[in-house]
Amino acid sequence: MFGTYTGLQGNLFDQLNRLQRELDESFGLWPQAAELRAPGWGSWPPINIGATPERVDVYLFAPGLDPNELDINIQRNLLTIAGQRRIERAEDQRWYRTERHSGEFRRAVTLPEDADPDRVDASYRDGVLHVSVQRHESSQPRRITVS
Amino acid sequence: MNTETRQTMTETAPTAARRAEEALRPPVDIFEDAEGITLEADMPGVSKDRLHVQVDANTLLIEGEVQIDLPEAAEALYADIRSTRYSRSFTLSNELETDKIDASLNDGVLRVHIPKHPEQRPRRIEVRAG
Repeated sequence: MFGTYTGLQGNLFDQLNRLQRELDESFGLWPQAAELRAPGWGSWPPINIGATPERVDVYLFAPGLDPNELDINIQRNLLTIAGQRRIERAEDQRWYRTERHSGEFRRAVTLPEDADPDRVDASYRDGVLHVSVQRHESSQPRRITVS
Repeated sequence: MNTETRQTMTETAPTAARRAEEALRPPVDIFEDAEGITLEADMPGVSKDRLHVQVDANTLLIEGEVQIDLPEAAEALYADIRSTRYSRSFTLSNELETDKIDASLNDGVLRVHIPKHPEQRPRRIEVRAG
């Protein structure tokens, strides 16, 4: 079900490379140009993207939101999701830890070129926003029969 | 971390075996008021039947399994979340009534409330006029 994502973790060398890259990026040593809209490491909410020949699935791990207040936009193959989660922290309470994100957020995702902006579905369950974007049929692999 | 003397809830380090499973460490908020202590944890993708909250002696363990509808043939293009399991544990001090723990899960946010023993709650002392 989620195997491809955990599979992405790869072997030890992949993980070391990834760690190295994250360290390099944070110290400005990564030679490759970063994508302009790419988020910094550790952005909230976390995102996973999966693809099949028919569609692209984007998962935004954003718990405790009112899905009606989310602003989801798609322009050609650029998907942006914006919203806010305000956590009220009363002064008469003694706070030991405040690790959860509070405030506004915005994340942008560049989808494959063949994403169809007219066929998008979004649902919210257990704190995960799932945006499903269909891909143009022309780009799907097709078997050609010889007559 | 708060440096005040009395610590009501302290995090426990995962054991080597647990660490090997590479569970996600859910971000938490913890606050205390007169009635007790409350913990809130972000555990998106976890449904009620895949959530596990346990108090064993003085250790609070929160665990959950992420379940996402994903086509079998899907190929990962990008992934911030690289595990399907959350796990985190805390030690509780003994003024908390661990048998009266209350947990609820809403839209991926777990809320655990543990009341203090009544005799441990702060009391306002009335001063009688002489």
